[in-house]
Amino acid sequence: MSLEETVPTGALLRTSLYGEHLALAARMVPFAGWEMPVQYAGIVEEHNAVRQRAGMFDVSHMGRFEVHGLDAGRFLRHVSTWDMTRLATGEGHYAAACREDGGILDDVYVFCLAPERYLIVVNASNAPNMKLWMEQQIATFYASLVDRHASTAMIAVQGPEALTTLREVIGGEFVASLRPRRCGETQWRGEMVFASRTGYTGEDGLELVIDGDAGPELWRALLDAGVQPCGLGARDTLRLEAALLLYGNDMDEAANPWEVGLDWVVTLDDGAAFSGRDALVRLSGSEGSRQLVCLRATERGIMRSGCPILHDGRQVGKVTSGGYSPTLSVSIGMGFVPPELAQEGTTLTVDVRGKSLSVNIAPRPFYKRSAAKK
Amino acid sequence: MSNPADLKYTKEHEWLRLSDGVGTVGITEYAQDQLGDIVFVELPAIGTRVEQSQKFGEIESVKAVSELYCPVSGEVVETNAALVDNPERVNDAPYDDGWMLRVRLSDPAETDGLLSATQYEDFLAQSA
Repeated sequence: MSLEETVPTGALLRTSLYGEHLALAARMVPFAGWEMPVQYAGIVEEHNAVRQRAGMFDVSHMGRFEVHGLDAGRFLRHVSTWDMTRLATGEGHYAAACREDGGILDDVYVFCLAPERYLIVVNASNAPNMKLWMEQQIATFYASLVDRHASTAMIAVQGPEALTTLREVIGGEFVASLRPRRCGETQWRGEMVFASRTGYTGEDGLELVIDGDAGPELWRALLDAGVQPCGLGARDTLRLEAALLLYGNDMDEAANPWEVGLDWVVTLDDGAAFSGRDALVRLSGSEGSRQLVCLRATERGIMRSGCPILHDGRQVGKVTSGGYSPTLSVSIGMGFVPPELAQEGTTLTVDVRGKSLSVNIAPRPFYKRSAAKK
Repeated sequence: MSNPADLKYTKEHEWLRLSDGVGTVGITEYAQDQLGDIVFVELPAIGTRVEQSQKFGEIESVKAVSELYCPVSGEVVETNAALVDNPERVNDAPYDDGWMLRVRLSDPAETDGLLSATQYEDFLAQSA
């Protein structure tokens, strides 16, 4: 049997929770330059814990930058497809960051902490490039970029019981005050904790940022409260069921927001000259050559990223993310197809290493949680 | 790790149980642990001719797909049909309910090159 080779992990970065992962006997893998836990108890068990109870993820590898100054909001509007100047204190929004030609550099989450103080969260794999790019872009703004990547830990706590547990662990009133996509700061055991009601699993929950030295204590407090530690494996199956895009798979610099279904994070009506605006205006009028769709297998077999998508025996696209859905017990994925084949219900074939797998274009997302609890 | 002493093993983490010229094939405890949650096993049709060290099927975990290699040459006389609906049996009982194939050996001398349980465990210890 062919098993993946062990990759030397010597030169990899470690989060402040590294020791916690080892103590829990996590299986560690290299990911975007970091040594990260891929699983603790097993991917399906962790996946189900998040769907049914509460799980937590070390997401410290994701890039975090604070933006300070008079022009902080205007700068973030310049680097985002969504108008971040609309954010009031305590609000957050998701967006793409685009090159001038409309190609997606990264997908980001921006939070307004105070009128002249924001937090931008970027993908781990893009953090070094995004830092360089933002440093270039910021020159003409009265604003400064503070890299908080190495100095802080970030923990995502997700699942139907996440908020209940978080009320016990970090404070009832504070957690209750956070509506979806809102954020705030509170004190926990003498440390400032940033929290946002966001995530990447399709479940309710919070993402927490705390000083790196205090990260392990917060992690252990959550562990003691019964939260299941979850690795990158479950993070991927959960986000795929929720049809949340993964940068590098479902979008990259060759993709624009229109073709990956990110229309809702592009604001053009404010007239602001953000990076990529002209190209996005130009591209918005015409039907593109491809559209990202959700694919659901109608038989046994598992599509993976890179598998060709066929229609009438001819290749029409490629799977960008694929795998097994523990919730639906079937293979699901996402991929690009021509717009004329992007209708829900269309039957296509995925070539899985030479074998045909029948798939349907499925409604997005694959999994939607039942009505959110207050 | 408890690898049964009466089985033969490969460095690709398959095992072989011999009985009256027919070999039962599966993957080891170590292999199932490395793969994690197994969700799909693809096995050859009965009557298929398989060759030693050649691919006979595929196994998919939530994480990834891996190829399965046959410890011996011969003809497939039976496959474990229960794995179609219950692939997790490979995780739960790799040496028992999780078996995959029964092969009528065409060259019993091939088994001389396979590892004993002790040799396989030494191999695992060296590659760790």
